[in-house]
Parts: sequence; structure tokens; C-alpha cells
Amino acid sequence: MAEYRTHVLVCAGAGCVSSNCKAVEAALQDELEQVGLAEEVKVVETGCIGTCDLGPVMVVYPEGVFYQKLTPDDAREIVNEHFLKGRIVRRLLYKAPQSEELVERAEDMDFFRRQYRIALRNTGVINPEVIEEYIARDGYAALGKVLSEMSQEQVIDEIKKSCLRGRGGAGFPTGLKWEFTYKAPGEEKYVVCNADEGDPGAFMDRSILEGDPHTLIEAMAIAGYAVGARQGFVYVRAEYPLAVERLSMALEQARSYGLLGENIFGTDFSFDIGIRVGAGAFVCGEETALLTSIEGKRGEPRPRPPFPAVKGVFGKPTLLSNVETYANICPIILHGADWFLGIGTEKSKGTKVFAIAGDINNTGLVEVPMGTTLREIVFEIGGGIPHGKRFKAAQTGGPSGGCLTTEHLDIHVDYESLKQVGSMMGSGGLIVMDEDTCMVDIARFFLDFTRDESCGKCTPCRIGTTRMLEILTRITEGKGEEGDIEKLEALAHAIKAGSLCGLGQSAPNPVLSTLHYFRDEYEAHIREKRCPAGHCIALLKFVVDPELCRGCGLCTKVCPVGAISGKRREPHQIDTDLCTKCGACQEKCPFDAISRH
Amino acid sequence: MEAATRGCQCHALRAQDERYKRLGEIIAQYAGQPGALIPVLHHAQEVFGYLPHDVQVLVAEGLDVPLSEVDGVITFYSLFTSEPRGKYKIGICLGTACYVKGAAAVLEELKKQVGVDIGKTSADGLFTLEVTRCVGACGLAPVMTIGDDVYGRLTPEDVAGILDKYIQAEKNGKA
Amino acid sequence: MVLVKKNAHLMPLVGTRTNEQKGAKEMVTLTIDGQKVTVPANSTVLEAAEAAGIHIPTLCYLKDVSQTGSCRVCVVEIGGRLQASCVFPVSEGMEVKTNTPLVRESRRTTVELMLSNHPQDCLTCLRNQNCELQKLSHELNIREVRFEGARSSFPLDTSSPAIARDPNKCILCRRCISVCSEIQGVNILAARERGFETVVSPAWQEQLANTACTNCGQCVLVCPVGALVEKDDTEKVWKALADPDTHVVVQTAPAVRVTLGEEFGLEPGTIVTGKMVTALRRLGFDAVFDTDFTADLTIIEEANELLQRLENGGKLPMITSCSPGWIKFIEHQFPAYLDHLSTCKSPQQMFGALAKTYYPEKAGLDPGKIVTVSIMPCTAKKFEAERPEMQSSGYQDVDIVLTVREFARMIKEAGIDFINLADGEYDAPMGISTGAGVIFGATGGVMEAALRTAYEVVTEESLDKLDFTEVRGLEGIKEASVNLNGTVLKVAVAHGLGNARKLMELIQQGKAEYHFIEIMACPGGCIGGGGQPIPTNTDIRRQRMAGIYAADKDMPLRKSHENPAIKVLYDEFLREPLGEKSHELLHTHYVPRLKYSEVEHPEAKEETKRGTAS
Ligand SMILES: Cc1cc2nc3c(=O)[nH]c(=O)nc-3n(C[C@H](O)[C@H](O)[C@H](O)COP(=O)(O)O)c2cc1C
Ligand code: SF4
Ligand code: SF4
Ligand code: SF4
Ligand code: SF4
Ligand code: SF4
Ligand code: SF4
Ligand code: SF4
Ligand code: SF4
Ligand code: FES
Ligand code: FES
Ligand code: FES
Repeated sequence: MAEYRTHVLVCAGAGCVSSNCKAVEAALQDELEQVGLAEEVKVVETGCIGTCDLGPVMVVYPEGVFYQKLTPDDAREIVNEHFLKGRIVRRLLYKAPQSEELVERAEDMDFFRRQYRIALRNTGVINPEVIEEYIARDGYAALGKVLSEMSQEQVIDEIKKSCLRGRGGAGFPTGLKWEFTYKAPGEEKYVVCNADEGDPGAFMDRSILEGDPHTLIEAMAIAGYAVGARQGFVYVRAEYPLAVERLSMALEQARSYGLLGENIFGTDFSFDIGIRVGAGAFVCGEETALLTSIEGKRGEPRPRPPFPAVKGVFGKPTLLSNVETYANICPIILHGADWFLGIGTEKSKGTKVFAIAGDINNTGLVEVPMGTTLREIVFEIGGGIPHGKRFKAAQTGGPSGGCLTTEHLDIHVDYESLKQVGSMMGSGGLIVMDEDTCMVDIARFFLDFTRDESCGKCTPCRIGTTRMLEILTRITEGKGEEGDIEKLEALAHAIKAGSLCGLGQSAPNPVLSTLHYFRDEYEAHIREKRCPAGHCIALLKFVVDPELCRGCGLCTKVCPVGAISGKRREPHQIDTDLCTKCGACQEKCPFDAISRH
Repeated sequence: MEAATRGCQCHALRAQDERYKRLGEIIAQYAGQPGALIPVLHHAQEVFGYLPHDVQVLVAEGLDVPLSEVDGVITFYSLFTSEPRGKYKIGICLGTACYVKGAAAVLEELKKQVGVDIGKTSADGLFTLEVTRCVGACGLAPVMTIGDDVYGRLTPEDVAGILDKYIQAEKNGKA
Repeated sequence: MVLVKKNAHLMPLVGTRTNEQKGAKEMVTLTIDGQKVTVPANSTVLEAAEAAGIHIPTLCYLKDVSQTGSCRVCVVEIGGRLQASCVFPVSEGMEVKTNTPLVRESRRTTVELMLSNHPQDCLTCLRNQNCELQKLSHELNIREVRFEGARSSFPLDTSSPAIARDPNKCILCRRCISVCSEIQGVNILAARERGFETVVSPAWQEQLANTACTNCGQCVLVCPVGALVEKDDTEKVWKALADPDTHVVVQTAPAVRVTLGEEFGLEPGTIVTGKMVTALRRLGFDAVFDTDFTADLTIIEEANELLQRLENGGKLPMITSCSPGWIKFIEHQFPAYLDHLSTCKSPQQMFGALAKTYYPEKAGLDPGKIVTVSIMPCTAKKFEAERPEMQSSGYQDVDIVLTVREFARMIKEAGIDFINLADGEYDAPMGISTGAGVIFGATGGVMEAALRTAYEVVTEESLDKLDFTEVRGLEGIKEASVNLNGTVLKVAVAHGLGNARKLMELIQQGKAEYHFIEIMACPGGCIGGGGQPIPTNTDIRRQRMAGIYAADKDMPLRKSHENPAIKVLYDEFLREPLGEKSHELLHTHYVPRLKYSEVEHPEAKEETKRGTAS
């Protein structure tokens, strides 16, 4: 490898691609050529660095300077200032949201400082399209070790000993799954990776697939060896074209290096992996539905038992795990289970990747040890709530989970603690909501999602979620009735207890959880026809505060229905019967005299 | 092969149509493989833009899967469609992150601007409005996609301008 | 003289998935509601509960047909969680509770939810009093439906002459899908869309009449509710009976006499021939005849056709053609093999053709004034009667076809006390028949009847053992060989269209070296026909079959060629088997049909078909 004095990591994750990082990178390359630095500065396209909302971003090594929100012109400036003259372009640095201080180096940003990266160890660091970069960071060493030194049982024992739990949702001990699949009778077995990542607002798996596809391939090969499978499948959602592309490329490279295919490392072990692309059905993230979908059918779940470990794809024993779960395998094999056991809480070992989004300053991906408090995640790593608003709740576990409130800020986040407060870890989506969020509407939103994604096979979920959504919609439209809450509760319990698969069994959780923590909001909607968060349009009233109104008349000009009247320089009034609640006047008023209740 | 017994003219027309040739190749490539239906439908939709009924019949025959099952699969998965779609597919994300950041208002504006409801195509055949559930760019919420382009941090005010880019491009293309 | 060859390639059977066959010897003991019960290790909790005499309500589950675990009515508590007992496997030491507040509340809410999206038109529903949802709602003591909201509103499908679909009554149990694809192998019905919009229908929401549906009606038999029913033609019959200008002739199919009683509470297999005849007279039919008569005729024609094909090197194997469900199946699925079919019409249609030619000639009636009604175990016969090929008398040969269920409804409507009716006798000449005609009603019957005749015709010896037991029973495909004067005649019998498909594939591959094949569309043959009383299941099929063979035994004559009325028919009218008149009236041809849709350009119809939930 040539000697470069500087490495520039340019994020080419999906988020940054969306904010046009490709143009930034092109400008960077171009300018480097122009000034004759192309031989000295190496530009590396990486997967998601984690700070997606700051994109396009780049990190300049060896100093570790972090530049954000770049444009092609910014890139040229960086070349001329930073690379030529050694002057950091301060204007492009990150400003810490609370202290408002500029931070030069990535490692000094709270966002990065508090992370502990195992699953994401390579993501945002290496070029995912270059297998050599992966290999240079111990890539395929774990597979080599397993094939040359370990028996199938030893591999399984190591994973069992590490207490690694599934990162895809339920947190089932991964080693046990390996063991069940290994012990299941049958010649033909399969290893499947669940990369469907259906939880909206979560993009951990996407980042790993895009940023470090080889770790998945290596781990699946190890799993294949351990359980006795020759064939693997990665089931990726169709919404992730870049992930499919990078993974296909990585598979090709692995094959050409002899790391997949017949007689890997010259051993008897042969293994290959195929990609199956989903087609837009959230329920296909559920394991049995996923298997059915791989078989080319409607992705309808089937009753368990039999579990996939006994009867999976094409009726054969199948090991099915999530992307992030697999991403933990190689480090465990290389560093040993004891190392892994040293991280995390008593029952939840290791780390967890969270996708933080919503009303938060630093949206993006973070990997923290299990047991990190919600406060640290939201306020320190996430930089708190924007616009000086108050934190109201955080949803974990997506449409299957529940909300955490201010009273939960100090819980040590792990599988058990989240379950205890009526939520769940889920896949790691963490949506932060500020005081303007109506919790009834959020519950309605989730039910709308689950109703839409119900496969329709079983009665409680198929009809029950529809009925729940109807009631919630009514409530948010101001047509709630006495008894609706009780009906919601009855439905919720029946759907949870009676549904066939996890989708239905967890669909009512957002309702139960918001009912538990924000029951008063429901009651306000139903009894007082009032939305305390000022969100539900049908329940809003726009009013002019006569104290503040200066009678400038701007609002009358923007009102599309002529609902505002008043004399110049005198307080104006809104005719609530005419008002369609479009909100235009409120935005226009220079004196903040119009408010919604 | 059974399709050859159909007496209709479309068969002759098909023979000249590149797309049907391509479909034949795809089917031949997958025939006999377990679980081939969904990958074949993906390819077919790429080729045709949607999955017209005669394509469904050819897939059913070629893969030896009952037509009712092909139809059942197509109608199950939201990305498959048997209706032609507009030149540009607008996907407004209603995933949680986007919803919390106000995607609903953007959707309303889109409906107004494009003049159609969700799932429908504008009269000029230019846009089809669809809802997606998270494209994994949550950091930029709210997000929408038009074709392969992704737009983030949207406000309702942005919508008209963005659409106009495509409308203008179309006009210029034609002029 | 009868060589029995054991099945070379045993086919999986319709409906006989018993525990023995699953290969279980191991037993486990579990506790259900405090009661210990020991069952085979591969049982479900539902089966274990049944063994312990504990009733668990079910809806989507149908033994031998469908176990999807989808309706969630059969939930029980295991380890504090609800599980669907119909699919949950037992294990040693398992504790099951079937009657807890959680269980009751869940079942009730589930059924209430179902009802919240159900028309609840019981009073005018064809399945009133024989509806599993209605019964369940009653059993679970549901007295109010707490939930309400949007209801599915799909268009009714009344396109088919045989079967009517009302998707709004469908509770998505998917039994019909299972029957249509797994047992019948026709694959017409499937689930489409998803979630609340899910609907069971043919591809593209196509109307049944435009599909390759065989009209076999097996889906109707398994539907727990009124979502799939026979087309009701009773009103047409009432009208004909009330018209003084018409002469209404009725024929009753072989399989009806052993099943009709079920509609009046009798055991399956009870022979009610005499009461049935009396009931028909009381309803006002002018002549009461028996399809068995033309079944005997079919045998004469068909046996001669077979012998002719054997002699002249005709197309072999020759396959029977008396099951219209099967005919439509082969026309759609294997149109290249139509010349394997016997050209003989089905007994129903032979009857219709004669009832409007031979009979009026003999009785001095105007054939234009004759209305022919048939009482059939079959929904496909409704379609058959309307085929354009079936007008060789110059009129539509069979005017109205009623299933057993419709016929029973007429008896009830007329206030006839069926159980206490005295026995009546069929009218001559077309009511005279033999045991060979009766056994047409069960799988293997046509074959057996044909062999009885062929053997005697060829060998000119009298057959000492009339029962060809090799071709009887519920095995999917049966084989036998018969030595006819040195020529070994190899025959096979299949019932259920799934088995028919397997046999056809063997023929395609050149592996079916048979001379003669009997195929019946319905599992068990006509005793399991789509027009039979509901429920129809494997056990009931067995009982009905026993009834058929008992009726055969009771007959003084048991060989078709010994039927005196048939002899007269040939002497007076037809002259000879396969003669000119026979060809004109008793034989037909078949039409190749498309595999998928009768509609050439289905794209054009797309728009109109989407069902919408309002
Ligand atoms: C409705 C539903 C959706 C799911 N979606 C996903 C998903 O998108 N990705 C995933 O890894 N697991 C998902 N799961 C969990 C899987 O069923 C399964 O438990 C998991 O993939 C197992 O992998 P793990 O043991 O590594 O967690 C989902 C479960 C349900 C019930
Ligand atoms: S719970 Fe919902 S998604 Fe799961 S099987 Fe039932 S209907 Fe389908
Ligand atoms: S909210 Fe809209 S409609 Fe109402 S008063 Fe203001 S501008 Fe007019
Ligand atoms: S814009 Fe504000 S200040 Fe001006 S008239 Fe309207 S409410 Fe009063
Ligand atoms: S299907 Fe059953 S419950 Fe429904 S209307 Fe008919 S009889 Fe009543
Ligand atoms: S059962 Fe009740 S609803 Fe039905 S007819 Fe009798 S009174 Fe009326
Ligand atoms: S009548 Fe027979 S072929 Fe037609 S849909 Fe029903 S089961 Fe299928
Ligand atoms: S039509 Fe009848 S058998 Fe078929 S799914 Fe619906 S209720 Fe079940
Ligand atoms: S087997 Fe009998 S009942 Fe069934 S379709 Fe054939 S003739 Fe009709
Ligand atoms: S995609 Fe670039 S930081 Fe996440
Ligand atoms: S929620 Fe919209 S991109 Fe993820
Ligand atoms: S009867 Fe068991 S789930 Fe329907």
C-alpha cells in the first residue's frame, strides 16, 4: 500500500448519499488532483459514520477532524485550507448543542466519545467495497480460527458462554439457537440472516450491511460451520438497494477469495450465501413469515412450534438471526466469550446499537454498552431536544414496543429493564418525542402501521387492529365516547393474548403503554374534546391574544377562508366556525399573537 | 407452453416485444428453483414497470405455480403492483421518525400538489404517490423519494419546488 | 381369475391422516383441566382433549383438510399463555386449561370481532341452522357484539351455474383453499390482498365462471359458513311443478339414496330409496325415474366402447366420462388428452336425452312439454346440464339440476314428514335398474360395474364373485388386473382431482400402462359429491359407501346387461350399443379449454373487480 499522509473518510451511507455526499466527494477528489495532493491524501468511502443528520460528513485522519454538512465548495475549501495550509476550517466543525462550543475532533464529540463499538467496529471506518480493508482489520480471522482450531461444539459453546442474545427483537440466547439447530435431525440445514429491518425509524442493520458487509458474511459462514449448513440466505428489504448492492459485491469478493464456496480454507467445509430481497411487508421480519417468504409465498406466519431450528426454510432445520447479532460473532470468537461477558449488565451482555431519531439534536446511530441510561443516550450522546423543548417520551421497540417517559430517564437500558416498564428493546429504534407530541395520535399512528401491515391470517389481529384504529381515529377527531378506553383495553388484551404471531401479540403495546403513562391525554380528548399537545387538528382552536395583537392585519391576508376580521391597529378575531385550522395565520403573525389550544 | 394455445393476437405482438423476451429469459433462469416466484416478480416488475395480467400468466406457467398463488403473492406485498404507474414514483416516508417530524403535513401538501390520493397516479401520468415506511434515512426526517432521488428535512413549503423540477424537466425533454 | 396387484405407487389419500400413519408409537401423558390423558406423542392438544372427552370449540380447523391455526377460537391456556389447541403439539407433563376466564374472554372477543365484520343475515342465509359460526356464537353465549366498524363489501359472485360466492360472509378459515388446491389440485381459490382487505377468491377477483373451476363443490362442503354455497334452483322446480301444461320428470342419482336421510337426522348410509320416491310423488312430479337406469345403459355403451378400442387399437387408456367435475378438469388442465375420454355421456345426460326422445315416444307425450329435473349429489351437474353439447334431444336435455341439499329443502318447505313416509316404487321403464347402477355412487363403482359386464360379454361365462373389492375403498389410486380370456385387462381407479392429476401425469410420462381408468372428481366418488349433505367428511364418506354396497347387495339384479328395461330400450329404440342412435343421443365430444381464464384479454376487466372496504 502506498504511504498517504492523510486519510479522509467520507461517509457514503444511505443518509449521506441522500444529502448528496457523492458530489462532495467528487469535488474533493477533483480539488486534490488540481492541487497535486492526490498521491498524499487518500479518500475512503465508508458506510454510515453515525451522525446522519449532519451529513454529508467527513473525518480527516490522523488528526481526526470532523467536518459536517458539507457542500462541494466546502470540500474544495478543506483541500485548500486544511490539506495545503494545515488550517482547520472552523466554520465546518460541529457545534455541541448544549454548550454551543465547536468541537474539532470526532473523538471529542459526546456522540462518539460515549460509544463502545463492537457490531459497528468497522462501519464508518473502512471502505465496505474493498475486502482488503476488512481483512486488514482482522477480517476472516475468526472464520480461519474456527475452521482450523475449533470443533462445531466448541464454537457453539463459545457463543453460549458469551450469553449473546438476539438483537432482532426478543433477545433469545443466540448460542441456544445454534445448539438447537445443530442438534435438530436432518442432513440439509440452512443459516438465515434477518435483514428485513421493518421497524420504521431503525436503520442499524442497514448501516452494517452497507458499511461492513463482510462481517455478516464471515459470521454466517461460522454459523454454517457450527450448525452444519452449506447454504445461507440473507433476507433484505427491498427498500435498501444500496445494502443489496454492497452485499452482492462483498459476496462476489468473498467467493473470489475462496472465503465462500467449496472447501473454504482448504477444509471440508463448503458454504455459500444467497440474497433474497423482500417486497414490502413488515410482517416478513417475523421469523416464520420470513421463511415462508423465502419459499416464494405470501409472507404469512405459521404457528410455532415447530420452531425454525427444527423446521425452517423448505421444512429444514434453520438458524435465523438478525444482522446485528451476527455482527457480534467474529469479535466474540477472536477475543473470547470472557471479554464479551465483561461488557453490559448482568443479564444483557455486550452492546446495543440504537438508531436515535425524532425530536433530538443528534440523530443517528450509536452503539453503547447495555445498561447505559436513557438520559445518557438522549441528552449526552443525542445532544438533547432541539428548540429548547421538553423531552416527553421515547419509543423503543417500534410498533411493537412502548414509550418511556421522564420517569424512566435513569433506567439502565437492557432487555429486562425495558420489559419491566412495559416497553421492549426491539431492534433498537429509539424515537424521541418532545412536548408537542400528542401521545394519543402516536398510538393511532402505530396502530395505523400495524393494521396496514397485518398479514390478515388470524382473526384477532386482522379485525382487532382495525377496530382499535377506528376507535383511536375517532378519539383524535374529537368523536371519542365514554367507554372507548375500556373497549381499547379489552381489544388490546384480547389481541395480545390471542394473535398467532408477534405482530399481533405486540401490536396493542403502544396503546397500552400510552394509556398507562398518558391516560389523562386520552381523557382530555374524549371528555373535554381537547388535545393537550395541541396536535390533533380537529380539536384545535386558533385564537388571537388581544393583549399581543397589534392589528397589523397580516393574518387576514393569509387566511384562505377569510375567517379573521378586525380593524387596523385593533385586536383581530378568528371566527372558529369558518376556520379550517390550516395554521397559516399563526405562522404569519409577527407578534406571536395567535395560538392554538 | 399452454399459453401457445391461446388464440389471441397478443401472442404475435409479444414475440416482437423485447420485454417479453427478457421475461422469458428471467423465467428460464429461475425455473425449477425453489422459492423462485418472488425474485422473478421483482425482475418482471423491473422490466415492465408493473405486473400486467399476461405477465402474471407467463410467470405462473413458466414456474409452474398456480395463477391464484401468483396473484395472492402480488397482492400481499406492497411493492408489487398490477397497475401501471407514473413515470416518477413519489414515496413519502411515514415511518415513525418521519411521522414525528411532521411527514403527515408534507403528505397533505403532496396530495394537494399532485392532485391525487395515496396509491394513485396523476392524470398526466407523471407521478404516482405512494407511502413508504422508512427508507432508512431517518436522520434526515421527514424524507421522501422521487424515483432514485432522496429528499430530506422536508417542509410542506418545499414540495411545490421539488415537483416543479420534474415537471420542468419533462417539458424541456419534450420541447 | 381376478389378479390383484398391490399398488405399485401408493398415493397419499384423501383424508386419512390418522395417527398410525404419522408413524407414532410413542405415547405421552398430559393433564387437561386436571384430568390425565395419554395420547400418541404426535397428537395436538385438541386431539388430546377430544380423547379426554373435553370439547374445545373450533372454526378454521377441519380434520384431514386444514390446520392453519388461524381463527384462534380453539385457544387454551398452556403455561399461562394462550395457544391454538388445533395446531399445538402435546408434550410429556404438559398442563392445559381449557376453561379459564382468559380463555373464555379471548374466544368470545375473537368471535365478536368476526361478527363485527359479518353480515349476520342468518334468517335468510342458506346455512341457517347448519352454520358453524352461528353455532359457535350460540355455544359461546355471545349476547352482544361490543365492537363495530368498517365491514368488507365485496361483490357477490353468482356467475357460475353451480356455486355462489359471498366473500362478505367468509371468515377466512381457508378450508376451501386447502381443499381446492391440496386435495383437488385445481388451485382456483387463494387468499389475496392482506390484513383487513384479505379476501379468498380466484386470481384477480375473477368470477368463478371465468376460471378453470370444475364446479366440483368440494369447497362448498368444507365452508363453515354461507360464503360458498350451491346455486339454489328450487324455485325453478316449484314453478315447473305448478305449471299444469308441463310434464315434470325426475331422475335420482345413485348416491342420493344413501345420503338424503342425513338431512332428516338419519345416520349416513341409511338407504331411503323408497321414502325418496314417495316424497317426489308428493311434491307432484309426474314421473319418478332413476338415474341408475341410465347408469346401466352407460355401462353397456362404455364396456362396448372399451372392447372396441381394445380390438381396433383405439386410444388407451380409456378414461370414464361420467363425472362432469372431472370432465371440466381435463378440458382445462390436460386438453391434449381429451381423446382418452370415453365418448359416453354421463348417466344424467343419457337420461335427459332419452327422457325427451324415447320416453315421450313411448308414453305418447309432447317432448316440448317435458321438464326434466335431476336430483344429484353434485354441483358440477348443474354446469353439465347447461353445456351446449347436451341438447341432442333438440331441447336442453336436462332442464334443472338440484343437489341433495336443495331437494331436502323442498321436502321441508312442502311440510313432508320424510322420516315417516311409506316406501314407494320408481316408475317404469326408466326406473328399472340393477345393483351395478347403484354402485356408480362410490369410487370404483363404475369400474366394478363395467368389469361385471365386460367379463361376461368377453368370456361368455357367468361371474361367480361379483364384488371387485380391489377397486373399492378410499385409497387415492387403486389398481387391479382382470383376466379376460387370456388378455390381462389392467385398470386403475382414482377419486379426487388431486389423484386424477397424479394419474394424468403418469399418463403424460408414459408410465400408466392401463387399459381402462375410472376417475371421479370428488373424494370418495359421488357419495362425497359437492351437492351432498353438510358435513361430509371421511368417516361419513365411509358410512355412505357402506350404504351403497348394501343397496347393491339388496338388488335382485346386479349386472347392467341383465337389466330387462335396458334390453327393451335397445330392442325398441337404440337397436345396438354404439349404434347410430346411441351416437346421436348418448355420446358426446369435449372441448379444450384454457388453463387460466376464459377471458382472452383480462387486462381490460381489471378495474371493475376490486372489492372495497367501506
Ligand atoms: C412483526 C415482527 C417483525 C419483526 N421484524 C424483524 C426485523 O425486521 N428484523 C429482525 O431481525 N427481527 C425481526 N423480528 C424478530 C424475528 O422474528 C426474530 O426473532 C429475529 O430475527 C431473530 O433473530 P435474533 O435472535 O438474532 O434476534 C420481528 C418479529 C416480529 C414479530
Ligand atoms: S398476528 Fe397479525 S400478522 Fe400475525 S399471523 Fe395474525 S394476522 Fe398475521
Ligand atoms: S388557521 Fe387558517 S383558516 Fe383558521 S383562521 Fe388561521 S389562517 Fe384562517
Ligand atoms: S398577524 Fe398577529 S398581530 Fe397582526 S393582526 Fe393578525 S393576530 Fe394581530
Ligand atoms: S353464514 Fe352463518 S352466521 Fe353468517 S349469516 Fe349465514 S347463517 Fe348467519
Ligand atoms: S332468533 Fe331472535 S333474531 Fe332470530 S328470528 Fe328469532 S327472535 Fe328474531
Ligand atoms: S368447485 Fe371445486 S374447483 Fe371450483 S373452486 Fe370449489 S373446490 Fe375449487
Ligand atoms: S369461503 Fe368459506 S371455506 Fe373459504 S375461507 Fe371463506 S369461510 Fe372458509
Ligand atoms: S364425482 Fe360425482 S358428485 Fe363429484 S363431480 Fe363427479 S359426478 Fe359430480
Ligand atoms: S449515512 Fe452518513 S453518517 Fe449516517
Ligand atoms: S422513518 Fe422515514 S426514513 Fe426512517
Ligand atoms: S380452530 Fe384452531 S385456530 Fe382455528
